[in-house]
Amino acid sequence: MLTKSEVQKIASLARIEITDEEAEKYSQELSDILGFVEKLNEADTENVEPIAHITGAKNAAREDKIVEYSDETKDAIIKNFPEKKDRFDKVRAVF
Amino acid sequence: MIRDLHEKLINQEITSEKLTEDYFSRIEKKDSEIKAFLSLNKELALDQARSVDQKIKNGEKIDILAGIPCAIKDNICAEGLPVTAGSKILENFVSPYDATVIDKLKKSGSVFLGKTNLDEFAMGSSTENSAYQVTRNPNDAGRVAGGSSGGSVVAVAADECAWALGSDTGGSIRQPASFCGVVGLKPTYGLVSRYGLIAMASSLDQIGPITKTVEDAAIILGRITGQDSRDATTADQNKKNYEAGLTGEIKNVRIGVPKEYFASVGLDPQVRKIIEAALKKYESLGAKIVEISLPSGEFALATYYIIMPSEVSSNLARFDGIRYGQSIEKEIAIEENITLTDIYFRSRAKYLGKEVKRRIMLGTYALSAGYYDQYYLKAQKVRSLIRREFEEAFQKVDVIAGPTSPTPAFKIGEKIDNPLEMYLSDIYTVTANIAGIPAISIPVGEIENGTKQLPVGLQLSGKWFGEETLLNTAYAWEKNN
Repeated sequence: MLTKSEVQKIASLARIEITDEEAEKYSQELSDILGFVEKLNEADTENVEPIAHITGAKNAAREDKIVEYSDETKDAIIKNFPEKKDRFDKVRAVF
Repeated sequence: MIRDLHEKLINQEITSEKLTEDYFSRIEKKDSEIKAFLSLNKELALDQARSVDQKIKNGEKIDILAGIPCAIKDNICAEGLPVTAGSKILENFVSPYDATVIDKLKKSGSVFLGKTNLDEFAMGSSTENSAYQVTRNPNDAGRVAGGSSGGSVVAVAADECAWALGSDTGGSIRQPASFCGVVGLKPTYGLVSRYGLIAMASSLDQIGPITKTVEDAAIILGRITGQDSRDATTADQNKKNYEAGLTGEIKNVRIGVPKEYFASVGLDPQVRKIIEAALKKYESLGAKIVEISLPSGEFALATYYIIMPSEVSSNLARFDGIRYGQSIEKEIAIEENITLTDIYFRSRAKYLGKEVKRRIMLGTYALSAGYYDQYYLKAQKVRSLIRREFEEAFQKVDVIAGPTSPTPAFKIGEKIDNPLEMYLSDIYTVTANIAGIPAISIPVGEIENGTKQLPVGLQLSGKWFGEETLLNTAYAWEKNN
């Protein structure tokens, strides 16, 4: 069973603010789901390699080339900034 | 259905403009009740339609999809149109670019009626997790549409569009198709580009068609596949004309039936009856029914509930209130002394929904220091086991058959407070995503429930990139019923 403080720690790693009541609820729900996935321990995976890519594809490379977008597309991207100054995305101080 | 509409268009019995207007008036009449659409783009759609009409008038050759109105699940980006992924965090977001599938469909001349409802970020099995509205099952408005592509499926089932695109991570095309009585196809992983599909779980997600008929699914599939440098997981496969392979001839096709699928206690007896009857029918059409065993299948759902949330926690980190989408930023006075991290924490807390947060947290936990080997690595190993079993099974059979979902559509609200219970409705569908194989749900019967008819879907799955045999096997049912 995950404790409330473990849940708070996970939420903090996930960058989500949660209330005390939410932590309580999540501790129950996440524990239930983790209990369910415990089933995987019954699977014998001795000498089994983990899947890297399901259809067996190997590294795919393409030319490292800069594709310039149109001013229209650039404006459309800038339009989606929550806050902006001129054509810059404006954010709060890191510290 | 698409072929008939195409014939009418090129014979000038109807214009695409009229066809498009007819769909919009049906949407206006019905959608306030069934709630399939999140946004409509009438102007753009009518422009697209008129340009196809012009081509026909000029005697130009048009593609079979040209001028045919369709709907797009609202987690697929189309330039200049809103895309919400069913989440408040993307409210008012307008896509600056086209997904590869949209680009391909535009080249075919498709008409986009609008964007359809889904569980938030495609996380759910009922479309009740949408932050905007609950889509209703057209067969019984008190029941769910299934999910997460509930909006697209209902739009097709209720004739609000000719066909629709959905996305499928654990059954999100097939399970609602089963609940609403339409055809839903999840292609082989890597067959269709995911570029422009808002990522949920990148090693499982695939875009696919939702249609009235198997032939329609084949027509659309052939127009959305292809290797794409913008999605490094797409496969280098030759272009195929899937509809040309639909003969309905399935003599000696070996259909494997996993005994485990029928041993499950959760399987509704009426669903079982319908599926067994469908298998008998296949036998009468000349197919060989072979009992097979997929013992690791019992781990599929648990594997899914590690891999999917892990990938979710990573993919959804981008929704942080900084570059796009809703942000707490606007609600806090500039003088107030808060930092960048506060914006992350509070924007995500406010604008992401319950189920989304639950999965992000689950995945964060599974990937966190000290737990990676126990959860994610273990799940990726079990995934190997499951793939190996399918490889062995496909030595003996060509197609695998079973129910799409253990039950018909459940009641709205019935499972919303119990996430685990909700997850179980994907028990038969997740395996195809885990193994990367293609799978289709086709309607094969109905359960009488008072005055209502509840559709039941048969799921057929095929070999990796074996869509031709898969579609033809599905087509054989359609042709003979």
